[in-house]
Amino acid sequence: MTVTTLVSYEDAVAEYDPVLGLEVHVELNTTSKMFCGCSTEFGAEPNTQVCPVCLGLPGALPVANERGVESAIRIGLALNCSIAEWCRFARKNYFYPDMPKNFQTSQYDEPIAFDGWTEVDVDGTTYRIEIERAHMEEDTGKSLHVGGATGRIHGAEHSLLDYNRAGVPLIEIVTKPIEGTGAMAPEVARAYVTHLRELMAALGVSDVRMEQGSLRCDANVSLRPDSQSEYGLRTETKNVNSLRSVERALRYEICRQATLLSEGGRVTQETRHWHEDTGVTTPGRSKEQAEDYRYFPEPDLVPVAPSREWVEALRATLPEPPSQRRSRLQEAWGFSDLEMRDAAAAGAVPLIEATVEAGAAPQSARKWWTGELARRANADGVELMELPITPAQVAEVQDLIDAGRLNDKLARQVIDGVLAWEGSPEEVVRTRGLEVVSDDAALGAAVDQAIADNPDVADKIRAGKTAAAGALIGVVMKQMRGQADAARVRELILERLGAD
Amino acid sequence: MADLIKRTAAELADLLAAGEVSSVEVTQAHLDRIAAVDGAVHAFLEVDVEGALRTAADVDARRAAGDTLPPLAGVPIAVKDVFVTKGIVTTCGSKILEGWVPPYDSTVVHRLRAAGLPILGKTNMDEFAMGSSTEHSAYGPTHNPWDLDRIPGGSGGGSSAAVAAYEAPLAVGTDTGGSIRQPGAVTGTVGVKPTYGGVSRYGMIALASSLDQAGPVTRTVLDAALLHETIAGHDPRDSTSIDAPVPPVVEAVRNADLSGLRVGVVRELGGEGYQPGVEARFDDALKLITSAGAEIVEVSCPHFTYGLATYYLILPGEASSNLARFDAMRYGLRIFPDGVAEPTAEQVMSATREAGFGQEVKRRIILGTYALSSGYWDAYYGSAQKVRTLIRRDFDTAFEQVDVLVSPTAPTTAFPIGAKIDDPLAMYLNDIATIPASLAGMPGLSLPSGLADEDGLPAGIQVLAPAMADDRLYRVAAALEAILVEQWGGPLLAQAPELEVAR
Repeated sequence: MTVTTLVSYEDAVAEYDPVLGLEVHVELNTTSKMFCGCSTEFGAEPNTQVCPVCLGLPGALPVANERGVESAIRIGLALNCSIAEWCRFARKNYFYPDMPKNFQTSQYDEPIAFDGWTEVDVDGTTYRIEIERAHMEEDTGKSLHVGGATGRIHGAEHSLLDYNRAGVPLIEIVTKPIEGTGAMAPEVARAYVTHLRELMAALGVSDVRMEQGSLRCDANVSLRPDSQSEYGLRTETKNVNSLRSVERALRYEICRQATLLSEGGRVTQETRHWHEDTGVTTPGRSKEQAEDYRYFPEPDLVPVAPSREWVEALRATLPEPPSQRRSRLQEAWGFSDLEMRDAAAAGAVPLIEATVEAGAAPQSARKWWTGELARRANADGVELMELPITPAQVAEVQDLIDAGRLNDKLARQVIDGVLAWEGSPEEVVRTRGLEVVSDDAALGAAVDQAIADNPDVADKIRAGKTAAAGALIGVVMKQMRGQADAARVRELILERLGAD
Repeated sequence: MADLIKRTAAELADLLAAGEVSSVEVTQAHLDRIAAVDGAVHAFLEVDVEGALRTAADVDARRAAGDTLPPLAGVPIAVKDVFVTKGIVTTCGSKILEGWVPPYDSTVVHRLRAAGLPILGKTNMDEFAMGSSTEHSAYGPTHNPWDLDRIPGGSGGGSSAAVAAYEAPLAVGTDTGGSIRQPGAVTGTVGVKPTYGGVSRYGMIALASSLDQAGPVTRTVLDAALLHETIAGHDPRDSTSIDAPVPPVVEAVRNADLSGLRVGVVRELGGEGYQPGVEARFDDALKLITSAGAEIVEVSCPHFTYGLATYYLILPGEASSNLARFDAMRYGLRIFPDGVAEPTAEQVMSATREAGFGQEVKRRIILGTYALSSGYWDAYYGSAQKVRTLIRRDFDTAFEQVDVLVSPTAPTTAFPIGAKIDDPLAMYLNDIATIPASLAGMPGLSLPSGLADEDGLPAGIQVLAPAMADDRLYRVAAALEAILVEQWGGPLLAQAPELEVAR
């Protein structure tokens, strides 16, 4: 393998026009699987949520989950799609051990929802994304490859199969080619996935946890010399399991393809695999080896023919559109445009909303989620939503501050504790002993000591230079190991030195 | 009661209800018969002595306690090995499922158990129901009780032979293109394929999902009706099962009458390729039907000519997908390839399917894979679906003119074992008359029409009706059966040679 230095991203997008295509799989949060009654709960013991149907035992037959169909229609409507009056499931035939029937029940040329659109904002610019289709299908089981270095199949000694996920309902949402995003392509892609995640959360149809795989993105990209040329050959990058990876993987692919093209080479149309750790993609299946899926209408299931009354009834259950919702929240919270945009970009809007609902002031909620917590998430390379702290816990921390029981520094330590799974904020305060000392006697003694130890500073304050109080506050805070309310300390110093 | 095994299911039900005989006695009599003749017939792949007697004893106890029992409670039954049976080995006639004990019951078996029918065992069949002779069973052929050197039809030859050999008063089979009706015709028994969706397919190992249909295999039309009502009806586990009341088939038998009925003879289902003796018995039957007050009308169904070709594109397509699950990963046979130290899952799948499937199964998987391939889809699978619609329209047009259609069930009587095994096209032609109703989802029934002059073997007449008008089949068949039995001086099976009893 030759090692080539990739052209820089700036050069790549200066030279070529990227065209995107995004396929997002949304795992529905129905209580039972798409074609049987098994539970869909995440994280159960392997092969405990299975039955003859989802194990593909001889003779077993599927029955479509009405709730799954309902969610598919609601997703379609929220993406401004047309809803099919009549459509069928189809079998996608290929052999793989984690697929019990060796065909996936999916939809082919008759998707339940098609021809929609949605809009995303990136830095104040609105991009319209055309939706090709949203269709229903079932998830596969999971393979665990044991003994290999990377957990991938190559080099593994043996593999274990867990069919708990087999048959869990998925909706695959496919965009039409996204053109005209230029250098912003990776950010638009990220914004689109972020937007879908918010939309799915607002619809209540999915847990949308990317790290648990309930929202997965396959990112297609091709390059062409300019916006008037034909599309170039594309690659499809899989294993893009976080919002950050969507952006990073596309950025990498654009640079890689640009390097190939600028050296006079050709892009191979293929599936590629994103490596989060090394930040590169490697080839998977190439088009020449691609399977012929031999799709045909699933004869074990009756066609889905949602009545127009049902579709309209479902339309009435849609949450308000995200852009409208953002305007409403911005007004209610009194955020500036910039504050709102930052909150949206950080994926913090639903979190702020929940924190406000839990009792925090909007500005306090915003500061936590777009400040301290955003920094933590960024440092850990995870999404805000994935941090192990709930909006209610953030509101609780803020409440402790407002009650004077925590100062900012202690609050950050409480957050540390919560993120380290030490319990609720109240529990962390107790076990770590973080509460500010509000006992005036103890505080008074520390203040008296500080005055006695620093007579010249004390004199300055007595003389009216109250700004010098800062030095004494620092001494007292150090003495109290930070567990004091600085405002109260200042009060006590000034009171004692008769300078108030 | 030495002749318990010769009694019909309806008679046995009456004897049981009257307390003149116990289910244990009836069941034991049939188990004894199986022990005596099945070495020669080989209708059964598995006999569940213990389970059958346990159910029988349970039914007897409930009857003694004064419980109200379903009509067929205590009457034993044989079950085609295509139905999964909890706790009883189910192989579907294939090596790939050798020794597989299912963890669940098919809906049909569940309903049989709920109705108190002791299950005698599992009957032989062509592997995965692919065949018309039962010679494609991985466990050896079944022999026709009329002539042990001949085939009993297929794929459900085990069920029809078991009933014809008095090893069971009743059996259930499945019919994809004729697998209940054609064995019925060549063994002198009654076989019914209900309307598609009339009986649940849940737990029936699928051959071709859009064609498979379970139904009764019996010696009389009344027995078929009683069994039909026991197994039919909507099943929420099979979304293709019809959510409507079961047609009143038992009532139709009791009120059998041909007067005023318009009976259509399908021009395309006869003539070239049909054995003279089979056609002669069919023509005789038409005369009897006329004399009983029905009107015979000749109808044309032009697209039936394409039935066989259509069927052999749709069936393999669906079968290639349905049989993909047999891959050694979760159940059944697992073969490691020779000379590979650390085989991959894919290599194990491949070696297992190579060793576990028979020639006919492989042939159809290959045909189906080809028919569904991109680039060939429109020419093959897609076109076949269009012709299927035309065949359905032919039926609709015909049923505007007549109440039922009739034809010979199979073009020939039972042929010698081995005669067509190397000629798949000749084998496929056995189903030429039964396939159209399968493609259109219409119900069909085969009734013995008599013995062919040239070989003295049974021939069958097929009655077809519109979807969900299964009762018409029974009305016509029961009336014709009564006339024929009177003419023969007893059931046709009474003319079959006595089987040698092993001791």
